[in-house]
Amino acid sequence: MRRHAAMAVGGAISLALLAISLLALVWTPYPPTAIDIAHRLAAPSAAHWLGTDPLGRDVLSVLIAGGHNSLAVAVVAVGAGLVAGVPLGLLAGRRGGVVDDLLMRGADLMFAFPALLTAVIITALAGPGAMNAALAIGIFNVPVFARLTRGATRALGERDFVRAAQLLGRHELAIGRVHILPNIAALLVVQASTQFALAILAEAGLSYVGLGTQPPAPSWGRMLNDAQTYIFTAPRLAIFPGLAIMAAVLGLNLLGDGLRDFLDPRLRRI
Amino acid sequence: MIPYLGGRLVVLAVTLFAAAAVVFLVLDVLPGDPAALILGVNARPDTLAALHHAMGLDRPAAWRFLAWLGGMLAGDFGDSFTYHVPIAGLIADRVGVSLPLALLAIALSTAIAIPTGVFAAAKRGKPADTLTMAAAQIGVAVPNFWLGLLLILVFSVKLAWLPASGFPGWAGGIWPGLRALLLPALALALPQAAILARVTRSAMLETMGEDYMRTALAKGVSRRAALWRHAVPNALIPVVTILGLQFSFLLAGTIIIENVFTLPGLGRLVFQAIAGRDLIVVQDLVVLLAGSVIVVNFLVDIAYVLIDPRLRAQGGR
Amino acid sequence: MTGWARLGLGIAGIVFACAGPALAQAKDTLTLGMVLEPPGLDPTAGAAAAIREVVYANVFEGLTRIDGEGHVVPGLAASWTMSPDGKTYRFALRPHVTFHDGTQFDCAIVKFSFDRARAPDSTNAQKEIFEPIAAIDCPEPETAVITLKRPDADFLYGLGWGDAVMVAPQTAAQNQTTPIGTGPFRFTRWVKGDRVELARYAGYWGQAARLSAVTFKFIADPAAAAAALLAGDIDAFGNFPAPEILPQLRADSRFAVVIGATEGKTLLALNNARKPFDDIRVRRALAYAIDRRALVTATMSGAARIIGSHYTPNDPGFIDLAATYPYDPARAKALLAEAGIAPGTRFTLALPPPPYARRGGEVIAAMLQEVGLNVDLVPMEWATWLDQVFKRSDFDMTIIAHTEPRDLAIYARDHYYFNYHNAAFQSLFARYRETTDPAAGIDLLRQMQRQLATDEPNVFLYVLPKIGVWNAHLHGLWSNDPIPANDVTGVYWGN
Repeated sequence: MRRHAAMAVGGAISLALLAISLLALVWTPYPPTAIDIAHRLAAPSAAHWLGTDPLGRDVLSVLIAGGHNSLAVAVVAVGAGLVAGVPLGLLAGRRGGVVDDLLMRGADLMFAFPALLTAVIITALAGPGAMNAALAIGIFNVPVFARLTRGATRALGERDFVRAAQLLGRHELAIGRVHILPNIAALLVVQASTQFALAILAEAGLSYVGLGTQPPAPSWGRMLNDAQTYIFTAPRLAIFPGLAIMAAVLGLNLLGDGLRDFLDPRLRRI
Repeated sequence: MIPYLGGRLVVLAVTLFAAAAVVFLVLDVLPGDPAALILGVNARPDTLAALHHAMGLDRPAAWRFLAWLGGMLAGDFGDSFTYHVPIAGLIADRVGVSLPLALLAIALSTAIAIPTGVFAAAKRGKPADTLTMAAAQIGVAVPNFWLGLLLILVFSVKLAWLPASGFPGWAGGIWPGLRALLLPALALALPQAAILARVTRSAMLETMGEDYMRTALAKGVSRRAALWRHAVPNALIPVVTILGLQFSFLLAGTIIIENVFTLPGLGRLVFQAIAGRDLIVVQDLVVLLAGSVIVVNFLVDIAYVLIDPRLRAQGGR
Repeated sequence: MTGWARLGLGIAGIVFACAGPALAQAKDTLTLGMVLEPPGLDPTAGAAAAIREVVYANVFEGLTRIDGEGHVVPGLAASWTMSPDGKTYRFALRPHVTFHDGTQFDCAIVKFSFDRARAPDSTNAQKEIFEPIAAIDCPEPETAVITLKRPDADFLYGLGWGDAVMVAPQTAAQNQTTPIGTGPFRFTRWVKGDRVELARYAGYWGQAARLSAVTFKFIADPAAAAAALLAGDIDAFGNFPAPEILPQLRADSRFAVVIGATEGKTLLALNNARKPFDDIRVRRALAYAIDRRALVTATMSGAARIIGSHYTPNDPGFIDLAATYPYDPARAKALLAEAGIAPGTRFTLALPPPPYARRGGEVIAAMLQEVGLNVDLVPMEWATWLDQVFKRSDFDMTIIAHTEPRDLAIYARDHYYFNYHNAAFQSLFARYRETTDPAAGIDLLRQMQRQLATDEPNVFLYVLPKIGVWNAHLHGLWSNDPIPANDVTGVYWGN
């Protein structure tokens, strides 16, 4: 029962996050990049619920727009992992042998490199920016999804309906698409929610050190970077984006955990 | 076990070489001239050329790559462009900050997580368990660098108990150094402890359901004794796995935390070296960091054997 | 010893570090904060201001030196005379001057130092200073005679720069890591990534320093710098990096806050060779479009002086031209329309790493948006900026502070990244460079400032402030930075 409550909370937070981030496309209380030096560093008020930042921008608006950008980076990062990782996992799982060995050793190797550190080096070298950050984070999602897909594919490969399709001479691509993917989709969704949360944290970290999202585009990590010099005079500037990151990650994790438990019996059967 | 490790060693050496080659290549095509950075905006072309020659940058890239690689194999890490000293010493100094920081964070994380996890498992289903696990859920979601900012705000600015930044070095004694590392280590450790506590709890719950626990309890061993003597050691295997993963995570985490607390560790050196186009330092660091993670993975493998009686009996896998 | 072994030993050394006696904090030591760590400690082999901020006047001295007011005063040359044609300088060198390793200073050192700086393989970042030198002669050990190819109005001033300090033949090559000069402080230790330590030199030729030891501590992060200051870990910041925290520091009686000027002329630099910036109407429109007061409020918490030309109040002949292009968006729009710039035209603005550029870029982009121009911000590392903007001149606009003192010369160059070419200015500069009459020199300096304000090749914004924050009991630090330095030779603790 409690599990369901946690999952509901996680789902609600994740949905709210999505809704707000979509809303940012069409509306924020103020334009998030509109500067108003005369009203800089204003305390929270009816006009500016969370106050204004050092350039007089409305913090709530920047937070909403920043959430959109942070989420966009996470979507690309997880999407890249799925798009590259799942086919590789299918290939390894279905082919086996040398292909499998090579791909999985490759995955092992990638796990040997600390993801965040490597992402820092990649973005520093390739040039800072949201897209590079997303790809630098995404690279490390590839082996995650590849491994997961491979394991599940191999397990499914022993099952009668896959064997039958194979005996009927169905093309490997068709087997993957029709018989395997739908059966591991739930598994992938669960993993994706976890990776999504990690991607949000990674984006925040990269932007915080100046390698992720670049001005004038706001992001939660960038807001924290900007806020750092104001930690003595306006600590709220550092507190709000931090809370936003925390809430987003918490929501996604709760959702992921909940889904995992919910799907557990089915996952075990694979 | 030995052939297995040996085989991995070869593969990893090849990877390190590939990583080194890629980094060298990227640095080579990257815009930015280390000599121009050193000489600034008033430098004359002939001065730049003279410095290029002095730095060896007028040699072909392939020559420089092989020279660097050969140097590494012979134990010469090269000299830093910006500090003008051998890089080995430079990195050793930084390791002296980052490694203690990561170890302290691991120690803190373990010290917090294992008792918490065991406690939660023992109280399974009770409010204490629910609360602890809710706290852990929140802990997992906290970005460590933000936690670092908050810790500075509370313990350095408001309470003035601990230094907000900087590192006095170890020459003045262990204590001042530890004091400087305490807040950053805590910022790194808490989110990791939250993960570890959850793993410990579920590992405990699994082992508590095993036959030997029931046997022990049936034989009249107290619940507490059974917990610590039988359940905890068996639950350690997944915990060690996570710890191993966390080490590489923490090493990477230090890169950002060092920025928050301005610690002169490896992370700052990476940033400085990239910004200053201190090319050889960047190359050395990438190879060393990847190498250190690989060593830790080895140690984790060995730890498995030591902890798991079944593996020990087989003498490997 | 191989690198691997050294690495191992280094780690072992840390693990077994013994507790040494903690240094007692007496009232004759100083811990001074700096933002950037110097890349090496030899001011004759690198342009970084951070090098000078540690060693200038403290460790190394030149024949002349620049004081806190920007005046040229005697250094290792007690006095000098100039021939009427302005081509021969005769320096009377101070006697009994020794380097920190005991080496005697005399004319041979002068000859060595300058010959080294102007040699073909020299890596001196300001080789221009030595370019006019024809010959250096030593009629006797305590006299140096320098002959020039042509008169040079800035020669004595240039000799006061860090790039022209005296170095000894035996130690010159090691100055990057262990600087040995003639100053009142000798180098003791450099903990890389953290601090440089200096101690009083007992054999100093002049007035001994009142501080027994000075530590320069490097704190790159502004918030950390503020925390270190508030916690008392640091006694002084010659140039405090976080203007945001000034109100709090001002309210704290423990600190003295002294706002002065550096030589950092902050510009919105324009590529004059690229359309439409070759059109003076466009450049002036940009100048009218930028509310520099608001910009200074947003980026420097108001603590910076607005300028209207490429010159600072620290320097001789300064005239205030800040009112040349007052904030007037309507006029900016009219000028843009006149020049045929359609609303919505896009430009790029390259931003190097410092906050003045990154934060300033966001503000300026918003201000230009107000007059109908769309600006794409392009943040870049220094290395990239130097390559793309500075070297290849591949940019529309950039924000940059020119920190070199008295550098009007860059507007007279044939090739410089912003591509300003005006024969009138070049002739003014040529006349100034060869003038030996101070009054005529001042007049020419003024004319050059006016010419630049008229042409507005770049939008002149403000002088980077020198935000001095130090313990209220500390005396003798500079209030302005006429050249990059943290001259602590006269610093002492009062009560």
